[in-house]
Amino acid sequence: MFARIVWLVLRKDFTVEVRSLEIAYTTLFFAISCVLVFAFALVQEGRAPEGGAAGILWIAIAFAGTLALGRTFERERQSETLRALLLAPAARPAVYLGKLLGIVALLLAAEILLVPLVTLLFQAPLLEHPAWLAVILVAGTIGFAAVGTLFAAMLVRVRSRDVLLPVLLYPITVPVIIAGVRATAALLEPQPDAGIIRFWLALLACFDVVFVTLALWTFEPLMTD
Amino acid sequence: MTPPEAEFDELTAEDVSRHFGRRRALSRVSFRADRGAILGLLGPNGAGKSTMLALLGTLLRPSSGRILYGKFDASHHGASLRASIGVLGHDLFLYPELTARENLEFFAGLYGLRDRRGAAAAALEHARLSDRADDAVSSFSRGMRQRLGLERALIHRPRLLLLDEPFTGLDDASAAALGRRLGTLRDQGTIIILATHDLDLAEPLLNRAIFLRDGRVVDAVERPEALRAVYREVMSRTTAVSGFAGSPRSGEAGSRTDEP
Repeated sequence: MFARIVWLVLRKDFTVEVRSLEIAYTTLFFAISCVLVFAFALVQEGRAPEGGAAGILWIAIAFAGTLALGRTFERERQSETLRALLLAPAARPAVYLGKLLGIVALLLAAEILLVPLVTLLFQAPLLEHPAWLAVILVAGTIGFAAVGTLFAAMLVRVRSRDVLLPVLLYPITVPVIIAGVRATAALLEPQPDAGIIRFWLALLACFDVVFVTLALWTFEPLMTD
Repeated sequence: MTPPEAEFDELTAEDVSRHFGRRRALSRVSFRADRGAILGLLGPNGAGKSTMLALLGTLLRPSSGRILYGKFDASHHGASLRASIGVLGHDLFLYPELTARENLEFFAGLYGLRDRRGAAAAALEHARLSDRADDAVSSFSRGMRQRLGLERALIHRPRLLLLDEPFTGLDDASAAALGRRLGTLRDQGTIIILATHDLDLAEPLLNRAIFLRDGRVVDAVERPEALRAVYREVMSRTTAVSGFAGSPRSGEAGSRTDEP
């Protein structure tokens, strides 16, 4: 039943997004604009700053992710459907997990476009180790979205939620973003050190486990006022 | 696992208070609602009706006092109770991007119904929207959305139905149809609690009513024929206290000239 609720919420979010494409367009537009601005500012005479690509990629993911989180829950607020989800007898952690997976899927889709763009504009060999990169991006995105989904749901009734979400989210997810940047930067070295990449990946995995577990544990009491 | 539905035949609020920070939304509210009857929660805007419904729907916890659903307490049986409660709020809890059928099937799934398609088809039939089943809800009129919203709230056949201003924005025909549907549900044994400030539309339906003002129960009416007189008195006291000098809405104090 838990898995069925997760699937129902995820499929519903996917259907709503496919019909409107509102979050996909705004998130992508914002992320691509972000990368382009950094490219125009930092790439001089066709030379990109060393190690800059990893940072730019994760900044774009974090900013676009914040936008996606806010819009996803704004949609639930507008027709009060979050209330309907909470009024159902379904396990609330399953509702959380469904929302989290929807946001992770959306961000991963944005990353599929962002990675070639960063590769192109910053001449970064991001695609030379696609499997490693995919694991780093998935792990980092889950950690960021796990905290973000919880906070976005908590703030849905707060008037200044658009201001509060990044204020609360970034300090807590800074370790995830740093680990993501360091792992990606290690991957961009001429001779990537698997040991260093594994270390940062293990750290990302730890953050994921801690953040997802805490969010699943606290979602029910936090959403029952 | 979907929790088993809690079975209860009456609902009792005992000295229920609710505070939001220092603001008191409800203060020592007590009442009882039984099967096969519609209880009205009447009062002006800001009286605490919606807060009371949120407490009854287990979305909020009382600051003090307790709400009993038969022998069950929401603090220990929240999920089981939610399986027995249907809520229709101001907003209709529908996804405008989804079709009517998709909305109903989604909520049928959330409530753990095995035959989601069958439940959705039956609900569409009740809502008289079978021919618009595959249209997006965003293309529906307010009346159609209201009918769909009610059937969404009823898709799991709840024992307790909570309605918050269900007549808002409905034309006469839609309001009459909603009234008939609620009458049928009452006769089938559903406990119905209807919060409204529009007595004109609610009066023919109510069996009993309590009057809220500033979060307190200021009166209770056990006989439907006494409703209007008490309503006028409560609303006129509110008008006098707030110093409101505009034209009262239909159904509010002094708005009707055909009163006995």
